[in-house]
Amino acid sequence: MPVNDLLQRGTHVMTVCNACRYCEQFCPVFPAMEQRVTFSAGDLNYLANLCHNCGECLYACQYAPPHEFGINVPRTLAEIRLQSYQDYCWPRALAVMFRQHSLATAIALAFAFTVMLAVATALLNPGALTRDASDADFYAVIPHGVMVTVFGGVFGFVLLALWIGLARFRNQTWSESAKSEKSDQVSFRALRDVLTLRHLHGGGVDCATTEDYRRPWRRWFHHCTFYGFLLCFASTSVAAVYHLVFAWHAPYDYMSVPVILGTLGGAGLVVGPAGLLVLRTRRDPALGVPERERLDDAFTVLLLLTSVTGLVLLFARHQPAMPALLVVHLGAVLALFVTLPYGKFVHGVYRASALVKFAREQAAEQVATRVS
Amino acid sequence: VHDVVVIGGGNAALCAALTARMAGATCIVLERAPREFRGGNSRHTRNLRCAHAAPTALLEESYTEGEFFDDLLRVSGPDTDHVLARLVVERSSDCPAWMQRRGVRFQRALRGTLQLARTNAFFLGGGKSVMNAYYAAAAQSGIDVIYGADVIGLDLDGASFRAAIVSRDGREERVEGRAAVVASGGFESNLEWLRQIWGAAADNFIVRGTPHNTGTLLRLLLDAGAQPVGDPHACHAIAVDARAPKFDGGIVTRLDTIPFGIVVNSGGERFYDEGEDMWPKRYAVWGGLIARQPGQIAYSIVDASVTGRFMPSVFPPITADSVSALATRLELPAARLETTIETFNRAVRPGVCDYTVLDDCRTEGLQPNKTHWARRLDTPPLVAYPLRPGITFTYLGTRVDERARVIMADGNPAPNICAAGEIMAGNILRQGYVAGLGMTIGTVFGRVAGEEAASHARE
Repeated sequence: MPVNDLLQRGTHVMTVCNACRYCEQFCPVFPAMEQRVTFSAGDLNYLANLCHNCGECLYACQYAPPHEFGINVPRTLAEIRLQSYQDYCWPRALAVMFRQHSLATAIALAFAFTVMLAVATALLNPGALTRDASDADFYAVIPHGVMVTVFGGVFGFVLLALWIGLARFRNQTWSESAKSEKSDQVSFRALRDVLTLRHLHGGGVDCATTEDYRRPWRRWFHHCTFYGFLLCFASTSVAAVYHLVFAWHAPYDYMSVPVILGTLGGAGLVVGPAGLLVLRTRRDPALGVPERERLDDAFTVLLLLTSVTGLVLLFARHQPAMPALLVVHLGAVLALFVTLPYGKFVHGVYRASALVKFAREQAAEQVATRVS
Repeated sequence: VHDVVVIGGGNAALCAALTARMAGATCIVLERAPREFRGGNSRHTRNLRCAHAAPTALLEESYTEGEFFDDLLRVSGPDTDHVLARLVVERSSDCPAWMQRRGVRFQRALRGTLQLARTNAFFLGGGKSVMNAYYAAAAQSGIDVIYGADVIGLDLDGASFRAAIVSRDGREERVEGRAAVVASGGFESNLEWLRQIWGAAADNFIVRGTPHNTGTLLRLLLDAGAQPVGDPHACHAIAVDARAPKFDGGIVTRLDTIPFGIVVNSGGERFYDEGEDMWPKRYAVWGGLIARQPGQIAYSIVDASVTGRFMPSVFPPITADSVSALATRLELPAARLETTIETFNRAVRPGVCDYTVLDDCRTEGLQPNKTHWARRLDTPPLVAYPLRPGITFTYLGTRVDERARVIMADGNPAPNICAAGEIMAGNILRQGYVAGLGMTIGTVFGRVAGEEAASHARE
């Protein structure tokens, strides 16, 4: 759908909602909307990224299709949100390309990186792929310096791209901000909302799978994914400190901190993404954007691929297959990293930023109410 | 054969069905609307009025039964059936808990700014959410629900119910039962019936709620000898945006701009005091006022100085920088409108404008005067909204007793026919409205009717 039509529909939807307001205690979208009379592109992108897609407001809506007003807030905001990922992304051309066939591209990238790593290793480090791996020494396959350079470089690029995206998001949505109040307490509130996914059960009940079916699983699988990701990140960070500061070199014992963190995180990243993929097939299609436009699957599948290959690698690290498994795992990780700024991952960045903005606006409104 | 046949699919109907089922009766609900539009006018509601002795999670402070009763009598007048009104008030207090047990969710009583936070419990997500919860509970407890079931006739043995004649997908079928609960609403969406009362003016009415409240069952019961109650000509109507859909526009089509400016008819003339009283007490007179204007149309005109003081409208304002340009856009006689606004502006007396009280800003020497909040319309752009009468509900109903049984012409109750909701609300509410009362009557009498019908079926 052309961007202008999308924004026009967003404005129509928010105008109806703002005249109704029955949904105001479901989630932050509605109180945030009530602080506005008109809806600019920035406002709509802010509201769209504030929406957690819990689905409550569609089922509660007296104007939902087939009513002639045709109000479907979750879907409309999902469409605007998806468009916003592309608009804020850097470089945009990559986001546009990635979106065409995101799942196929993601899998192809993982495959391509695996092949590239295998070929490079075979050429530059002859015999490494067929070496006896009983020492579980990853760096004998791909030297530590090479890993740091490749992944450090990609990671740096990813951070830069995400940072530019966030700057663009803030630039558009925060510049048109209503009054805003900043304090530690406000930041804490926003952080709590991010970490607890409070708005996936803001209505006091869990988010809707279909009209009459509410279960906590979407929230729990997301928690598994999010905290699994954090644990894996922590594992890598601890290992880096071990390596650089203490000169303790991998492989680490099964009961060592990096391996425990990585195993727990990996388990989370198997259970979470797998659960989310299953739930997605059961969710009312009215709540989201049409299948072909989705970015979720690519990100989720890459997470799953990374965690599964990582766990297999861990438990087979003394086996002859280790060098091959390592190359496959690193190929998956590279594909995951490279696509982070262009896929579903960015929702975390914009959602968090929107929640901070929301907390500040609400605080400012409370101040204003107290004064008057 | 079901024990209880419930005719209707709104709040009262589902409360009756759930209660009857709970009492052990088998139950079928005949809802005329398709599934997407189930729930009658209840899907447009937002809250329920209930008495409570102390603050609760849902309600601030306290609202005594006496206070509730007084509020009801103040608008409804002395003709109200006091026994039934007392019953509604007394049984209102345990409604929220009863509803919560059936999956209904309420808002937290957070927003002190809402004037109703003390008297009314607000549904989380509004009335459609309530109906979703009830229908889910109905499915869970084994109540049969038939959508698209248009009851076109009743098979009665004297005053005793035998079966409902249902038309569905072009076929007719009999639905038999040992007792019936009729909770099928009023007749406000029956354009033909409205025309009999209002003449051709009715064609310009907008129906705020469901198109399915055609009063078929009300007519069938009255024709079968049920005693009528309430003024057959009366309806509750407010000013809605003239661009609203003919049916089901619900809450968003109302306009709260009237006290902030002037209202003119199609001749460009003012016709009523826009600042007569606080808006919540006056909004319901404007439906009738506009219904009596030529073409049943009027225009609320404000200027830019009051932007943001009223709830945003769902329809875009019609704006213009000059009176003549506005007249052109509204297709009103320009000279006449200019004179009206000039005369109005000249008649405004100095005062301190405060929309939260009956202030001293008024006009002098006009016919009619604006007695409060009168400010000159001189800050461009001028902003206008077209208005039409928007009918909410009708008052005519069937007389019932405190067991919700339909009272027949001979004064005896029908043995196995109960009525609940809007179809009998006229027993309690003769005129006017207090916010959230409709849902209270529906819930209380739905439950009473469900108990009664179930106990009859078990005999």
